[in-house]
Amino acid sequence: MTGAVEEALAHARRIVHRGLRLSAAGLLALAGVYVLALAYTPVEARQGLAQKIFYLHVPAAWSALLAFSIVGLSGGLYLWLKDPRLDRFAAASAEVGVAFSVVMLTTGPIWARPIWGTWWTWDARLTLTLFLFFLFIGYLALRAALHDPTERARFSAVVGILGLLLVPFIHLSVYLFRTLHPQPIVLKPSAPSLPPEMLRTLLISTLVFTLLYVGFVTTRYGLALADDVRESEEGFDVA
Amino acid sequence: MFVIAGKDIRAELRSRTALLSALVFAALVLVVFNFARDPTALSAQALAPGVLWVTFALAALIAMNRAFTIERENSALDGLLLAPVSREALFLGKLLANLAFVGTVELVTLPLFTLFFNVSLWRVLPGVLGVTVLATIGFVAVGTIFSAMAVRTRFAELMLPVLLLPFMVPPLIGAVQVTSRLLADRPLSEMWGWLRLLALYDIVFVTLCALAFPAVVDE
Repeated sequence: MTGAVEEALAHARRIVHRGLRLSAAGLLALAGVYVLALAYTPVEARQGLAQKIFYLHVPAAWSALLAFSIVGLSGGLYLWLKDPRLDRFAAASAEVGVAFSVVMLTTGPIWARPIWGTWWTWDARLTLTLFLFFLFIGYLALRAALHDPTERARFSAVVGILGLLLVPFIHLSVYLFRTLHPQPIVLKPSAPSLPPEMLRTLLISTLVFTLLYVGFVTTRYGLALADDVRESEEGFDVA
Repeated sequence: MFVIAGKDIRAELRSRTALLSALVFAALVLVVFNFARDPTALSAQALAPGVLWVTFALAALIAMNRAFTIERENSALDGLLLAPVSREALFLGKLLANLAFVGTVELVTLPLFTLFFNVSLWRVLPGVLGVTVLATIGFVAVGTIFSAMAVRTRFAELMLPVLLLPFMVPPLIGAVQVTSRLLADRPLSEMWGWLRLLALYDIVFVTLCALAFPAVVDE
């Protein structure tokens, strides 16, 4: 192994360690969110304890949407700048996005069963997030089916951008179709209509989920970098 | 652009295998749907728009898988890329050929559909044709660029549906809504929102796909 490769691998390892430290901090903070959600926030009058899932579901949805937007945006930047780092970043973000989508898509039905009386309904936002999940899966399947790194980067960037533009269309068409989901209560024109304890817990949880996102993506990025370094080194060996 | 579309259409007319199998496939889907329906519980009228559009979508998927597989055989795409045409023109040519192909399948499926489902389309035929054109352009544009990518992968036949079906959802929802309103003789004002959505989808995705196409074919 040459010195340059050693150096690159050490760099990748440092990134992975940084990601793992951030993720660990995020998971610790997540335990704190559980404590806050159970002990600090009041029990919602009509929904009872089922409402507590809100502190996980909404931040997970936020992280999934963040991940998805970043896949699309870094895809667009990649086509412009052709920087492989952007492609690795998009790929890491997509993988982490799948994880958060799963959290969102499992906590949602668990809440909906006692409150709506059904696990699943074809409501606008449910359908949209389900399709986000499918788009992520398609994106990763495409990446897995391509070998050439630059081709993989270009193709997945195109899918990422088209997917990002598809989101408003799916939302609009399903919204015109029907909706049942609780309406937004934080990001809306008037002041948030939540008791301060609930709002504070939600915001803290959102920060924690963002931290988890950053930690996971950093870890995945470092691993992908290490893979790329090894791959190109093998390429040199063959040549 | 028209030369490329003409080349594809001529090649297709000479062999006819892909077109014929797509047509047979569409007919089979219609027949199978007939068994999914309990005629005593659900009227053909209520189910018809959904059946029609799912059939169109599936037949279009089958048809579009073909678009770049023929280019890959004998590396014909490399030859096309060397020709002095802009990438955008190449994309639009491919799009036109695909539209002709999918459109033919849809045109043949429509009479079969009226026959099997006993729905009278004559009164609303212009409207149904119009919404078919409007909805088809958008998803065929996305399908054209995705099939150019899918042929480079290992499981092309599987990759195209996985990538494309989410993109078919908005046009399909819109088309089904408009079609069912047409069949129920609703006024135009009730379809206007959907028609605008379909038109916007076409404009956004045809433009975007034409712009992104060079990134797919250029090394």
